[in-house]
Amino acid sequence: MREVRDYHRSDHGGPSDFVVVRGAATTAPTVLVEQALTALGGMARFISRGDIVVVKPNIGWDRTPLQAANSNPEVVAAVVHLALDAGARKVIVTDASCNDPGRCFQRSGIWAKAHRAGAEVMLPAEHRFRTMRLGGEVLDEWPVYRTLIEADKVINVPVAKHHNLAKYTAAMKNWYGTLGGRRNRLHQSIDVSIADLATFMRPTLTVVDGIRVMMRNGPQGGNVDDTQRMNTVLASIDQIAVDAFGCTLIGQRPENLPYLRMGQERGLGTMQWQNLRPREVEVLADGSVERRALIVPEGEDPAAVAFALNHARCERVIT
Amino acid sequence: MSAEYLPLPIPWLGVVGMVPSIDGASAGPGPIAISSDLLSPPIADAVLASPKVRGDDFVNRFRDWWRGRFKARKRPGSGLPARKIIVALRNSRRVSQFFFLVLFLFLLVRTEFRGSFNGGANVRMPYPVEGFLLADPFVALMTFLSSHTVYRALWWSVGMVAITLVFGRIFCGWICPFGTLHHFFAWLLPNPKSGTGGSRRVRANMTHPYQSAKYYLLGAFLVAAVCGSAIGGLFDPICICVRAIGLAVIPAINYVTSRGLDHVSQTNIHILQQSSDVARDALVATVLQPRQYFFHQTWVIGGLLFIVLLANRWIPRFWCRALCPLGATLGLIARNALFGMEKDHSKCTDCNLCLVDCQGADSPQGGVKWNQDECHMCLNCETACPEDVIKFRFLPNRRSATLAQDGLDRRKVLVTAVTGAAVLPLARTSDTIDSNYYDRLIRPPGSLPERDFMERCIRCAECMKVCPNNALHPALLESGIEGLWTPILIPRIGYCEPTCVLCGQVCPTGAIQKISEEQKLGSAVRHIEPIKIGTAFYDHGRCLPWSMATPCIVCEEFCPTSPKSIWVEEIDVPDRDGHMVHVQRPHVDPQLCIGCGACEKVCPVQDRPAVYVTSVGESRSRTNVILLESTNYNRL
Repeated sequence: MREVRDYHRSDHGGPSDFVVVRGAATTAPTVLVEQALTALGGMARFISRGDIVVVKPNIGWDRTPLQAANSNPEVVAAVVHLALDAGARKVIVTDASCNDPGRCFQRSGIWAKAHRAGAEVMLPAEHRFRTMRLGGEVLDEWPVYRTLIEADKVINVPVAKHHNLAKYTAAMKNWYGTLGGRRNRLHQSIDVSIADLATFMRPTLTVVDGIRVMMRNGPQGGNVDDTQRMNTVLASIDQIAVDAFGCTLIGQRPENLPYLRMGQERGLGTMQWQNLRPREVEVLADGSVERRALIVPEGEDPAAVAFALNHARCERVIT
Repeated sequence: MSAEYLPLPIPWLGVVGMVPSIDGASAGPGPIAISSDLLSPPIADAVLASPKVRGDDFVNRFRDWWRGRFKARKRPGSGLPARKIIVALRNSRRVSQFFFLVLFLFLLVRTEFRGSFNGGANVRMPYPVEGFLLADPFVALMTFLSSHTVYRALWWSVGMVAITLVFGRIFCGWICPFGTLHHFFAWLLPNPKSGTGGSRRVRANMTHPYQSAKYYLLGAFLVAAVCGSAIGGLFDPICICVRAIGLAVIPAINYVTSRGLDHVSQTNIHILQQSSDVARDALVATVLQPRQYFFHQTWVIGGLLFIVLLANRWIPRFWCRALCPLGATLGLIARNALFGMEKDHSKCTDCNLCLVDCQGADSPQGGVKWNQDECHMCLNCETACPEDVIKFRFLPNRRSATLAQDGLDRRKVLVTAVTGAAVLPLARTSDTIDSNYYDRLIRPPGSLPERDFMERCIRCAECMKVCPNNALHPALLESGIEGLWTPILIPRIGYCEPTCVLCGQVCPTGAIQKISEEQKLGSAVRHIEPIKIGTAFYDHGRCLPWSMATPCIVCEEFCPTSPKSIWVEEIDVPDRDGHMVHVQRPHVDPQLCIGCGACEKVCPVQDRPAVYVTSVGESRSRTNVILLESTNYNRL
């Protein structure tokens, strides 16, 4: 029996379910997040007055924002702002880090930015985990971060990056931060465990930080040369679609990521992002905004279209 | 203090001046011939048979003590009240002891990185958490003799020397947190056979020959320091406090509290669960650590602390009087302190009240000379004296003062000096530093080469306490007998966080140098080599991709260098049924590996990991190398 935390149910529909926002070199990340939420129908579509909202960025590594191993602090802060503006009673920002949490939270800049935005930043501690039966294919009983499963709404704010074993990771892999215990054994079956976790956690909303994207040496990086500035934010209610589109940021193809197919087969979402009434928003250098529907022409490869959109400096999509 | 409420009768008058001295300062009939004839029978009975103090009933004792606080006590003897200034100073001493003990514990608990929302990318301790060690003249003197330098803030200890030159061993009585602990335990655990004000206690607080042991010990440690080993840190009271409380007591308290609250939160009663969570959150936010820390063989350290505190049951402040090398250092400095005691022997009635709560066992009683270098300046004697015999003042008449250290036996001094000098060759020829050393002797980043390291490391355990990953541990015999409780890195418990430089920041003596993040990580732009503490190796027989046709490479994921020191070979291997499985087999690039041990920490092969770090290739050594290009004898 699969255990599910479905924070998705309260969605009442909006103009679009999948948005790509791209900015000019000078555009602030905050603007991109605001534009993404506007295009989806506003934060009020997802957050009700009085909700306790957990924002789950990637704060996994003892890295600075420039190294792009963690979610961009400004993106996190913008999401916190929007959630509070939509009437959330409390916004908690937390993650179960890989390195020492104190260092990760402080040096990633997320602690400072989220705190100033009005969120309660919570560091993981042993006692906040409780062993639960998840009932997944490889994940059966694990210590689960209680804060994440006791909220009213959960917003996933991952960072898009390269991962040497899973190839590309963002939204679905971010749920590794739900687990305590010895997560290192999950790598023996990384795709199934990612799918298991995404089955367990179905977020209200996913906002993918593609401001600076780690192109290689993932998931930890450590060098600014490993990253590339892309000024992109993806937002969707569908965590599979957002990863299927997002992998083209680093030149991957969705077919190369087995966990996407598994998730789709389990009915978590669709890899066909073009079916989610996608919209494209572009913020120009002068601050003006262009909005248009994102249409994949008949017979064209969606991954190639997505790749072309992303202006990646990679030479081609990996086949 | 415990004696003040006792109904002590007016002392006998017939034995004035007859108390035999035990230090031979006055011409007494012989050494220790006191015991029961010291107190005349009725008094001995009154004291020893007092029903209130008989037995071990702590509650009764506490109640009596508490009531006694508020009673106007009749002073025995002539009943002359103590000078107001002295009572005030005695009370200030108590406040000072409490204050410095709390300050010490606060700094010790804060010797850890907790992170903050207003902290930047460069993590440092906000204030000198190692302050007590910096003001420790014994540490300064020892490391000066061994390394011929005084490291940075160790100059603070000059201030302590100046204070001692004026006021004597005021550090021992007023400041030292270890001394305060002994003071407290000596009050808490008196010998049950003695009664609180009994003759045994009086006898125990007289000057004894064993008190000179600390001077011999100091001599041995200083000679060992001259020969190049700061091994005396094993006996430094501040080092002991940091080491034993930081590595044994605090983790033990943490353990008991967390497990207790765990049990509460596992009940089915909602209100209990909630209050347990609230208590846990509050404790973790203040004193507890968010996770349990474990320290290698720390039971030895905790057990020794227990024993030395328990010794107070038989000899009050046994540690301070007999063993403390810092006390001995301060005793040498206090020889001619300006503040001291003056005695009017003719007024002494030999009531021995001054001895009941004497801390230093420095002979405050009349008829014998005062030992200036043993006195902790606690002022209990003058407060207790009912006869106007004892007077503390500046520039006292020194006729009634003497020095315990002047009674040292020259032959013993010579023997201890030779012992100190022998420590080094004995320890170092037993194949631990120069040959066949333990391959997992991984020192913290920024450590000096092993010989220089031994000149400076005082085993204070500040580095182990501050390490955010619980990576640093007290060595037991891994680096030989000389390296007892020096820091070693055990990656399986915790790895070295690449951007962390806190161990060097809190090291008071520079055994671990104060390095910057850039020095530690290296910089390609500025041609700075990263600091390596070892090199990782694979045990192919235990590695999943190498021998079990199972994908893994968690090690590669955690490898913090860029480019990664662990690189993978993409390969298809057959499993048992002949199906081909695609795996990535990890390899280490010894040029890039910094030996942080993250790979070893996260390896999923739980008991003996498939990847492990040994010290070879460490930057600090020019001989412990693998690669030809690192073998540069001119480098250091």
